[in-house]
Amino acid sequence: MTKKKNSYGFATRAIHSGAAPEPITGARNTPIFQTTSYVFKNTEHAERLFKLEDFGFIYSRLTNPTVSVLEERLANLENSRAAVACSSGHASQQLAFTSLLGNNDHFIASNKLYGGSINQFNKTFRNFGWECSFVDPDNVKNFENEIKDNTKLIFIETLSNPDGSIVDIEAVAKIAKKYHIPLVVDNTLATPFLHNPANWGANIITHSLTKFICGNGTSMGGIVIDCGNFNFLKDNKYPGLSQPDQSYNNIRFSETFGDFGFAMKVKADTLRDLGCTLSPQNAFYILNGIETLNLRMKKHSDNALIVAKYLQNHSKVSSVSYAGLKNNKYYNLGKKYFPYGVGSIFTIKLKNGYNACVSMVEKANLLSHVANVGDTRSLIIHPASTTHSQLSDDEKIKAGAGPDVIRLSIGLEDVEDIILDIDNSIN
Amino acid sequence: MSLKDNIYYADDYIKEILFTTKSIAIVGLSDKENRPSSFAAKYLKNRGYKIIPVNPVTDKKTILGEKVYKSISELEFIPDMVDLFVKKEKILSFVKEAIKIKTKTIWLQLGLIDKESEKIANSANINFIMNRCPKIEYAKFSGELGWAGVNSNVISNKRKLLKND
Repeated sequence: MTKKKNSYGFATRAIHSGAAPEPITGARNTPIFQTTSYVFKNTEHAERLFKLEDFGFIYSRLTNPTVSVLEERLANLENSRAAVACSSGHASQQLAFTSLLGNNDHFIASNKLYGGSINQFNKTFRNFGWECSFVDPDNVKNFENEIKDNTKLIFIETLSNPDGSIVDIEAVAKIAKKYHIPLVVDNTLATPFLHNPANWGANIITHSLTKFICGNGTSMGGIVIDCGNFNFLKDNKYPGLSQPDQSYNNIRFSETFGDFGFAMKVKADTLRDLGCTLSPQNAFYILNGIETLNLRMKKHSDNALIVAKYLQNHSKVSSVSYAGLKNNKYYNLGKKYFPYGVGSIFTIKLKNGYNACVSMVEKANLLSHVANVGDTRSLIIHPASTTHSQLSDDEKIKAGAGPDVIRLSIGLEDVEDIILDIDNSIN
Repeated sequence: MSLKDNIYYADDYIKEILFTTKSIAIVGLSDKENRPSSFAAKYLKNRGYKIIPVNPVTDKKTILGEKVYKSISELEFIPDMVDLFVKKEKILSFVKEAIKIKTKTIWLQLGLIDKESEKIANSANINFIMNRCPKIEYAKFSGELGWAGVNSNVISNKRKLLKND
């Protein structure tokens, strides 16, 4: 008895996945379950929950009904199996890495990452005994060349921050698969509307929900998504997944929970111990944002392309780094991986360098000078003196954040107004 | 282990089986409480199903408080479902036994796929499901799977109420 599966479209799933009318009251929108804890039916029920034998809620550090709706919705939109929400994008990386790496393990990361991630990997993670090799992702062989016996994961951003460059994810996934190493992919700047890493071989996806997914710049959040396609039982490389867990009656996460074993490990073990939980309030705001994700991402990308084309011919601009432009080196990868547009975050270089950048940021009237991206509002920042300031000069240039670089995050205002403000501030 | 196996069962087909089944013989139900078979059995028992352990190797007289049988042919009544937690090479022989006693549904657990078994079960007019877990399928339709952040792929405008809650 086999039958073809029905699958709803993206917009439908963005509104409905994970949510259902509340069983007791019939409340149609997802309620905010503002509670720390949940009454057990009896001691036997409590015991079953603590042993992970049954589904249910114990304590909101681990699970909360509002947060669960958000988790299921994003797992669905990412064509994946399960998800664990947390307090920020940085926390999602902390959770994913802690679940995979042990002391003296090694991982490989693209050198084109959000500056905060380079810091996290290079400094704090190193203190945990995790060694990172940064490689130029434009040549995917660089990933293979750095693989060692203790390499436990490969990390890339699909659309990188700040310059919107694109990694050939399918090629990197092939290398990761060849060596049986999970490919962890941050999909923050693309969102699942523009790109689904799981379709191209990613095994784990991370997001900062703070950006486009929430969309309004109101709420911090992060998520780790288990694509459900990596066999952690194949070897002993990931003892946290394949070996008995003493705090849960010696179950093996990947054996007991199968294709959502990694998510259960992240939630029941790593999140339990690290405590970087998402609040139900923030989950609610983020859920409201997701309902319009497809409309917003299309408009963000359309506006960004118009602005990028305008700036390409501007007398004060030496270059525009946006994969939506035909002369951009990532244009063809963009066409392959991002059929609906390449997002709205990109960089421009100003001919008059550092001073011109500082002046542009200060003169802007509509574009807001903030350390965020992916807001309904258009945003502007000079990465070299802010988001990427902790990096060395060499690292800044490698990350696409040199002294003459301005990062723009194009919002949903009238595109004529965005262009006018850029024009006024650049001159 | 992954569900990306290109096997599709209509939601209504699985729901009908889960809502009409009352008794489940679990072949290979472990006497150790931390094994996946025990997790599934305990959950299903708690949801009101009569669980019948079939385990040829255990010394225990009962598992989860239920009398242990050594084989399917020893069962004193016909279970609605025979659920297999067994080695791949043993699937077909257990399926043949289950067909012989005329159970209504034969269910192969996650990781178990056998086309020959599917063929003979279908021709005996017995429901057949493979590479799935009845606990996970139950939780999918009750909404509990989503509580764990797992993608159920279910969209519904109906209030979900647990059958045995």
